[in-house]
Amino acid sequence: MSSKTLYDKIWDSHLVNQREDGTTLIYIDRHLIHEVTSPQAFEGLRIAGRVPWRSDANLAVPDHNIPTTTSERRRGLSGIKDPVSKIQVKALEDNCKDNNILSLEMNDIRQGIVHVMGPEQGATLPGMTIVCGDSHTSTHGALGALAHGIGTSEVEHVLATQCLMQRKMKNMLVRVDGVLNKGVTAKDVVLAVIGEIGTAGGTGYTIEFGGDVIQQLSIEGRMTVCNMAIEAGARAGLIAVDEKTLDYVKGRPFAPKNELWDRAAEVWKELVSDPDAIFDRTVVINGAQIEPQVTWGTSPEMVSPVTGAIPDPGSESDPTKRGNFEEALEYMGLEAGTRIENIRLDCVFIGSCTNSRIEDLREAARVVENKKVAENIEIAMVVPGSGLVKKQAEEEGLDKIFINAGIQWREPGCSMCLAMNADQLGEGKHCASTSNRNFEGRQGFGGRTHLVSPAMAAAAAIHGRFVDIRNII
Amino acid sequence: MRKFLVEEGLVMPLDRANVDTDFIIPKQFLKSIKRSGFGVNLFDEHRYLDKGKPDADNSNRPVNTSFVLNQPRYKGCRILLARKNFGCGSSREHAPWALDDYGFRVILAPSFADIFFNNCFKNGLLPIVLDENIIEDLFHQVESRSGYSLNVDLEKQLISKPDGELIHFEVDEFRKNCLINGLDDIGLTLDSREEIKSFEDSWKISSPWYFSTETKR
Repeated sequence: MSSKTLYDKIWDSHLVNQREDGTTLIYIDRHLIHEVTSPQAFEGLRIAGRVPWRSDANLAVPDHNIPTTTSERRRGLSGIKDPVSKIQVKALEDNCKDNNILSLEMNDIRQGIVHVMGPEQGATLPGMTIVCGDSHTSTHGALGALAHGIGTSEVEHVLATQCLMQRKMKNMLVRVDGVLNKGVTAKDVVLAVIGEIGTAGGTGYTIEFGGDVIQQLSIEGRMTVCNMAIEAGARAGLIAVDEKTLDYVKGRPFAPKNELWDRAAEVWKELVSDPDAIFDRTVVINGAQIEPQVTWGTSPEMVSPVTGAIPDPGSESDPTKRGNFEEALEYMGLEAGTRIENIRLDCVFIGSCTNSRIEDLREAARVVENKKVAENIEIAMVVPGSGLVKKQAEEEGLDKIFINAGIQWREPGCSMCLAMNADQLGEGKHCASTSNRNFEGRQGFGGRTHLVSPAMAAAAAIHGRFVDIRNII
Repeated sequence: MRKFLVEEGLVMPLDRANVDTDFIIPKQFLKSIKRSGFGVNLFDEHRYLDKGKPDADNSNRPVNTSFVLNQPRYKGCRILLARKNFGCGSSREHAPWALDDYGFRVILAPSFADIFFNNCFKNGLLPIVLDENIIEDLFHQVESRSGYSLNVDLEKQLISKPDGELIHFEVDEFRKNCLINGLDDIGLTLDSREEIKSFEDSWKISSPWYFSTETKR
């Protein structure tokens, strides 16, 4: 038998049929649903007189659109001030009820950002195929699952058929060797990878992340890395299963128990690429050379070490790229040559499916403990990834640390990562954000996003500008 | 799904790489539970000078006259000429819905983001990948001549230029067939119902742990 990559193994085990031209039907084990990309799919199903193929493979949760203030949340659906958002959240509840799909409602303690909730509940299991109408579904690859985002037509397709029609992607290995320096985190690793291969570098590929650095990362850190595979153009990111993966999954509500667990764990241990498996492309990065990263532009590939400066568009030979650089700098209100550490900030956002898990919050809290947010920071907020993350953080007293520092402590949701709810970055304001996209207007009309790790965001809150976290921890 | 056979139309150039789906349709419009009506908010943050609101009247909003979509010469355009990595970012299908609702039928670019590319085919839109040099030439030609139109024949996989030159393009055979015949993917997949069932039955035996429905608090 020929050698296989981890992606090959999961793909092959889910193959229902394949046409001569390579179009393949892949069986989907888990379908995660949220309120924004599903209503039209349920409507399509209804119009065609179809029903879900397997209701229990689906799990829904509202996250994108919901308020994060305690006063609004306390009153449930009726507390959502925005009438359009309310209709969408209500539509999710109704659609799930009508189709016998489990939906964790807004004030359920298990509610959270779909990509935080899935792994936390054990709804994400190694070796699964997982899809969701959200590009950051790549997150779940951290547990050795083949997971990627789909559009609404495919949401409807999966609901109706439990399958996706696909073509196999190519295999890419991103190997991060060595050991990370103190203060350098999973977020810095993935930003450095995107800086290296570009936002289209992974297009057409599934990226497996490997190497010593990836093995050393916690499962939550691995989720941060896989989460941003899509920002490198790859629909799916993957990491091999190891003892950490099994330890993480064991005992979670949806995970198998007892004898079934033992059997599953045996099978899951095989979810690694064969030693002589062939990748279509391999990228090697030296972990020791990765510095804390900060994005300065309007694409995640416009990234620099915190010790660096904003590059000069004039030095770019490709005219389209030069034009994009210039447009980005104009939008960001920044000039070439400005030191990253001299970028003045107005806002700090700690949250999103990239960085809102308990370890992220601990990392940020450690930096702000017994300190105060700088005067020029107008808003700083922490939005935990789920009700359970929030509870855990409160048990550890992290909420008090944030509040004492002058940082708002919110209810779980996607919040200012994409600003669909009231949490919006003001026009022209600079935000140090632990989210995943620095696109124009992403965090609010005219808002200027700088992507960083939780520790870097926390340090930025205290200093009012970017500082090298390695110098203060 | 609407059939796609031949499309002829005015070309609008969008000279910008890495156009993301937030650029194509900003998030506030994603609150709709409908599939239609997104065209008036296509490229909203660049097309208008103020911040758009869902369900608002757009007719009195200040327009950014320098944005290409607002230039009179591109009124009625049906073909979008774009740069690399078009449609990156969020998986929102609202992006192809907005392009379609506005009237675009074809997008030409040197490369597309995977999810967006896939979403286009589900909505009767044809994204065509062309060599970077061909795209570059098209940008020059479109910008230097008002009323520049192209004819796109999917069956023949040919684009005809006003000067008579023909450009061949590649398209996945299966997707081509679906577009030409307006086939519904779900209906096609359900033709394999028995195969799906038999896969599922054996999968349930070999990997029962994926079929657990534990949901207790």
